[in-house]
Amino acid sequence: MTDLTKLTLSQARDGLAKKSFSATELTNAFIDRIEKANAAINAYVLPTPEHARAQAAESDKRLKAGNARPLEGLPLGNKDLFCTNGIRTTACSKILDDFKPPYESTVGQNLWDAGAVMLGKLNNDEFAMGSSNETSAFGNVVSPWRRKGKDGKRSTDKLVPGGSSGGSSAAVASDLCLAATATDTGGSIRQPAALTGTVGIKPTYGRCSRWGIVAFASSLDQAGPIAKTVRDSAIMLKAMASHDLKDSTSVEAPVPDYEAVLSKGVKGLRVGVPKEYRVDGMSKEIGKLWDDGIAWLKAAGATIHEISLPHTKYALPAYYIVAPAECSSNLARYDGMRYGLRIEGDNLIDTYEKTRAAGFGKEVRRRILIGTYVLSAGYYDAYYLKAQKVRTLIKRDFDEAWNKVDVVLTPTTPSPAFALGEKSGDPLAMYLEDIFTVTVNMAGLPGMSVPAGLSSEGTPLGLQLIGKPFDEETLFRTAQVIEDAAGRFAAPDEWWMKG
Amino acid sequence: MSTAKAKGGAKASNTIRGATGDWEVVIGMEVHAQVASNAKLFSGSSTGFGAEPNSHVSLIDAAMPGMLPVINRECVAQAVRTGLGLKAAINLKSVFDRKNYFYPDLPQGYQISQYKQPVVGEGEVEIDVDGETMTVGIERLHLEQDAGKLLHDQHPDYSYVDLNRSGVALMEIVSKPDMRSSKQAQAYVTKMRTILRYLGTCDGDMEKGNLRADVNVSVRKPGGPLGTRCEIKNVNSIRFIGQAIETEARRQIDIIEDGGKIDQETRLFDPAKGETRSMRSKEEAHDYRYFPDPDLLPLELTQEWVENLKQHLCELPDEKRARFIKDYGLSAYDAAVLVAERDSADYFEAVAKGRDGKLAANWVINELFGRLNKEGHDIEASPVSSDQLGGIIDLIASNAISGKIAKDVFEIVWTEGGDPAEIVETRGLKQVTDTGAIEKAVDEIIAANPDKVEQAKAKPSMLGWFVGQVMKATGGKANPAAVNEILKSKLGI
Repeated sequence: MTDLTKLTLSQARDGLAKKSFSATELTNAFIDRIEKANAAINAYVLPTPEHARAQAAESDKRLKAGNARPLEGLPLGNKDLFCTNGIRTTACSKILDDFKPPYESTVGQNLWDAGAVMLGKLNNDEFAMGSSNETSAFGNVVSPWRRKGKDGKRSTDKLVPGGSSGGSSAAVASDLCLAATATDTGGSIRQPAALTGTVGIKPTYGRCSRWGIVAFASSLDQAGPIAKTVRDSAIMLKAMASHDLKDSTSVEAPVPDYEAVLSKGVKGLRVGVPKEYRVDGMSKEIGKLWDDGIAWLKAAGATIHEISLPHTKYALPAYYIVAPAECSSNLARYDGMRYGLRIEGDNLIDTYEKTRAAGFGKEVRRRILIGTYVLSAGYYDAYYLKAQKVRTLIKRDFDEAWNKVDVVLTPTTPSPAFALGEKSGDPLAMYLEDIFTVTVNMAGLPGMSVPAGLSSEGTPLGLQLIGKPFDEETLFRTAQVIEDAAGRFAAPDEWWMKG
Repeated sequence: MSTAKAKGGAKASNTIRGATGDWEVVIGMEVHAQVASNAKLFSGSSTGFGAEPNSHVSLIDAAMPGMLPVINRECVAQAVRTGLGLKAAINLKSVFDRKNYFYPDLPQGYQISQYKQPVVGEGEVEIDVDGETMTVGIERLHLEQDAGKLLHDQHPDYSYVDLNRSGVALMEIVSKPDMRSSKQAQAYVTKMRTILRYLGTCDGDMEKGNLRADVNVSVRKPGGPLGTRCEIKNVNSIRFIGQAIETEARRQIDIIEDGGKIDQETRLFDPAKGETRSMRSKEEAHDYRYFPDPDLLPLELTQEWVENLKQHLCELPDEKRARFIKDYGLSAYDAAVLVAERDSADYFEAVAKGRDGKLAANWVINELFGRLNKEGHDIEASPVSSDQLGGIIDLIASNAISGKIAKDVFEIVWTEGGDPAEIVETRGLKQVTDTGAIEKAVDEIIAANPDKVEQAKAKPSMLGWFVGQVMKATGGKANPAAVNEILKSKLGI
């Protein structure tokens, strides 16, 4: 039998439907692979094989009975930001200790109700704060990708899988699951997808319920999938999205059948290319990647239009005010009083301080401090309020753009995957990873990263598509054209399987 | 009673005498009223009082990771009804903010409140103090979450927390600094409580902490610039509000007159010691880092929805009082007494309907309320129903019994129950209006007391002695008017 873990989600779905293999066989193949590879990749912080086998057995019954659900028997990874009923959920922070929520996130529940199988909880940057998955309390994730040296051989230097959804991107890229849940506050789905040759979509704010997902920055957080192909990501998002009365910011809008639009092509589609994204010092290869994307879409019948998004340059600084401000408040609940870590102190204040000092990592502490500062009396107007005004202007930029174009094409990241430790000592360099992605969160728009080529180092690069609110369909059909033209990219050698 | 409206002016009677002359007290209030609702402001948990600790706590109230607030529309409706009752502007768009601070009774680490854009804007309340009507301005009303409660008496080393109250909806009603005496402040809270109870938006139960007040007090020389204020937190009875203001004003005057200055601070009133104590200074005040709660959209109401609430609003105490004066011919005082509680007003109206309003008011206020107060009953627990009291009044009106006998009947109904008409019938209490019987009794008394007859002719006020004799002879059942008439004609006075 072929290696089942190499299948795409849609191929596995078809194989199960044709009874080429059972859900249990498929699940076991992944469980075995995780056992072999996880030590090297560290994508899973908590594999849940027993849970997965039980779900797979149920799926096999349904498949046999002919009442399979849309994702019946398909094994997925679940980012540790998603609360899982009775299964440890930590947001990869020490502060949650061995917290086991008595509830399941709405997005997770939607997936399990659709028949999907959960293989385990995936690593991420602590509280989703990071762009390299190096801030996790469970240690960094290692990308399955390695740089190609001048001699043409692959280096053994470890690369980051991006972040914060680094466990999700690495697990998908190294075939440790068919697809994974992820979240994106400033680029945490799209950047790791770009750095690992996978597809990631952050849908419109309000498309997926935030209920039961550990919050980072409430006005920016949005769940979405990381998958192997555009089709797989379409299947995943359809299952994850829903209107949820438990989330006041969830939007009541019908969820279309995204898979059905993949073959529609881009003939006549107006594609915008924002001039402000040609930032100083953009590498030649990123420039070429972008040009390739433009050429592919043009060849498929789209028209290309230069557009201006004049407030782009303020997006990153404004983001690093809004997101920390919200996080400083959202993380106040981790106080050692009701659940999670508690370090006893001499009195209440001492207990708070000891608990939070021991529970939060350096990057999380940094952002809580920044957020507390920008909301303080006397600074609120100068920072938080001004950042909110910038946000309004960024939204307006896009509103203007939608008069001229249907979708916007940009690179996902300014550079390919970097080495472990390369940027972790320099927060500002790390924050620049989000330069092309944060505007999308600030404007609440859907954004998608699709693999489009390899860097001179042989590592993946992604193109980003930005759409109108609730127009994920245009992103999917445009991404399909790029995927068809660029091909798919798999990490070579499978070194992580060799112990 | 004067109906002139005064606003905030310094009146001689409102000043406090100090060593250096008269001082004026300036008072503003923040009333915290628990919204009468079945569920909490942002979760489905019950708001019931007195349950086992932590039995009314949802995942949201305990601030579990990933939990989100969803607004309870009924709490919003209650706030809007209250705003309408305070004749206030209703803001069709308002915003919920986070007020950030750490304390174990605040699971989220922030209280969801309304800071810059409250649901209700400026309004007013009329109060009566010493026969004068004045208006106290309302600055705003906003919705916010209550905190939980720490229990310090459960363990030798630890404090426990009960989150049953955590997330319960409160209305914070902020007055303008329009009050100038403790009496006015007390009248304001009393009136506020009446309005809230009428509207059914808060039960006003101060003992349970469902209505409590923060009192801002400053002093100044009459007409001078405003002084530095101190806020006295969480005063939970109308009596204590009066005491706290008197005590605090005196403290501030003494400090200033001794050459000191007032520090802006938060203080607590200790009723046992009769003093206010510093809780925290301005420097120690929290920086709450307010910002709009990103988990909630702005609260948007439609004019139609507000209009609908307005149309279904009950009659408010001021309107009811005016109507009682107009329709039933009551004195302003009696009307005010009757409308202080909606149940009392309803009781009165049930009694007064189709009867003499003044007579009904006299009976409800003097006999019924007097008796209820003496026995410590609420009007709901009155042993005499409005039908029964109405029946007694009917018997008076039809001359079947005298007022004096009516009091006896009231006593019988109070203690034994029963239909007043039947009681009068079966116990033979019916008034004698048969002039023949009265004439007979009068003739007998005149015949037996010729000396008194002579005296009465010289001094007509002696009539009273004769009336008493006739009443005695008839067992109190003779119609007093008829007795008077017959006596006068027979005695020739």
